[in-house]
Amino acid sequence: MSIYQEIILEHYRHPKNYGEIKNPTKKIKLTNPLCGDRIEMMIKLVDNIIVEIKFQGQGCAISQAASSLLTDYAKGKSKEKLKKLDREFMIKLLGIDLGPNRIKCALLPLEALKKLLI
Amino acid sequence: MFNISKIKNDFPIFKYHRQLTYLDSAAMSLKPKVVIEAEDNYYKKYSANIHRGIYRLSEKATEEYENVRRKIAQFINADSEKEIVFVRNTTEAINLVAYALGRVNLEKGDEIVTTIMEHHSNFVPWQALSNEVGAIFKVIDITDDGYLNLDAYKPKTQNPKSKITTKNLNFLESIITKKTKILALTYVSNVLGTINPVKEIIETAKKINPRIITVVDGAQAIPHYKIHVKDLGCDFLAFSGQKMLGPTGAGVLWGRKELLTQMSPFLFGGEMISEVYLNRTIFAQIPHKFEAGTPHIAGVIGLGAAVDYLTQLGLDKVRDHEKDLTAYALLKLAELKDVTIYGPKEIDRRAGVVTFNLKGVHPHDVAAVLDEENVCLRSGHHCAMPLHERLGIDASVRASFYLYNSKEDVDKLINGLLKVKKIFK
Repeated sequence: MSIYQEIILEHYRHPKNYGEIKNPTKKIKLTNPLCGDRIEMMIKLVDNIIVEIKFQGQGCAISQAASSLLTDYAKGKSKEKLKKLDREFMIKLLGIDLGPNRIKCALLPLEALKKLLI
Repeated sequence: MFNISKIKNDFPIFKYHRQLTYLDSAAMSLKPKVVIEAEDNYYKKYSANIHRGIYRLSEKATEEYENVRRKIAQFINADSEKEIVFVRNTTEAINLVAYALGRVNLEKGDEIVTTIMEHHSNFVPWQALSNEVGAIFKVIDITDDGYLNLDAYKPKTQNPKSKITTKNLNFLESIITKKTKILALTYVSNVLGTINPVKEIIETAKKINPRIITVVDGAQAIPHYKIHVKDLGCDFLAFSGQKMLGPTGAGVLWGRKELLTQMSPFLFGGEMISEVYLNRTIFAQIPHKFEAGTPHIAGVIGLGAAVDYLTQLGLDKVRDHEKDLTAYALLKLAELKDVTIYGPKEIDRRAGVVTFNLKGVHPHDVAAVLDEENVCLRSGHHCAMPLHERLGIDASVRASFYLYNSKEDVDKLINGLLKVKKIFK
């Protein structure tokens, strides 16, 4: 099965939550040294709940779709719940089989989110 | 003309992957059967250590290993096999020069000159050395069409009142001075494919400063052209065996005899000594004083078989074949819409490396879709981040050719790119 399923491509072409938050509670910038992908993610927290989350940056279809799907999932959820997310969750969220190199593209937004939750 | 199907028969990998289109030889060449067998034979029939055994097996191993040294010397037209030092790869060869010569001879205020199109292996060691000793690190720029910019080096701290404009200055006289101790330069760019006028640059540099040390990265050149190191006029030439059909972990540093003789060892220990006492050690003669510890004997022997294979085939023919493929690939790529091709357009000044980007698609996605079509492409910055920054991009897609590639491989590349465009429309 190709990793370029319609859902991935759709999120790549029209990513959700792409952009900036005016006064974020926290923001972070990460890069993937392997391919030079860059992501900036920011959140607004109220009572430990993510009320707003946005991302921007350059990257491949997998990293952009992963960022779009993950930010969509995270919105409205508590810090505690999101801290438990792992690699398996991302694989399920994307619904595709990724090799050892491409999985890094999918994990970059998760790493960014985790750092925002510390 | 090449008989590609006959050549492909010499490379066992095509028996395991019949549909394989391998376009990443600039990173790693495939291996012919004769190379694999040469390594295998060493392990099976005479896998003893070299230079120390009195028994016949060890003598045989030493003879085979040292024969390769002679073979390499002939292959690059060196004066003597004593000028051939076996190392792991180009990176190690350049580090050897940076440590054993650079760190000893350079002081604060000296200059090192390199270019923006270097692979990190001929960039980072010199940058690190400059930072360590307080030397000035100068980088020659490229023109927009991918050649070294030999006319327009502008020092950062140019005096605006100066009456001399950079236009009037010959580039080398403005960048290379009597304080320039090292010029580190690649023969062929691993991204742009540009073939640099290395001989002319070295000639001019030596006129400005006869004591300048010139280090040439030959990793992308030696596998593809006949190079006469004496004619080139450089002081050091580094290259990797694994890019010229040889095994991984066996590369070469060629250095001028008088320089190698003056230099201190880089690594100390076994194999590189002549006498050791409690309070002092007398080092071995060149090249052995640079080969501490047991080397990659099987790898070097395999490299010898690779040199034989290339010599039999004829490097001139290899170059002609790659030129044809590159011209064909450039033509076909240009026919596609939304493709940006990097590097020179003149085929005579370009090696078999074609780097490009497809508008709106990340290079990783291009390479991943092409992989589904059994086409191996490289995506990323190809160990040349400063060059990518200069080009204003994060990453690119690279196809590189070697003697086992055919026009059908280029066609498969183009068809794969059409598929990418369809997916990402």
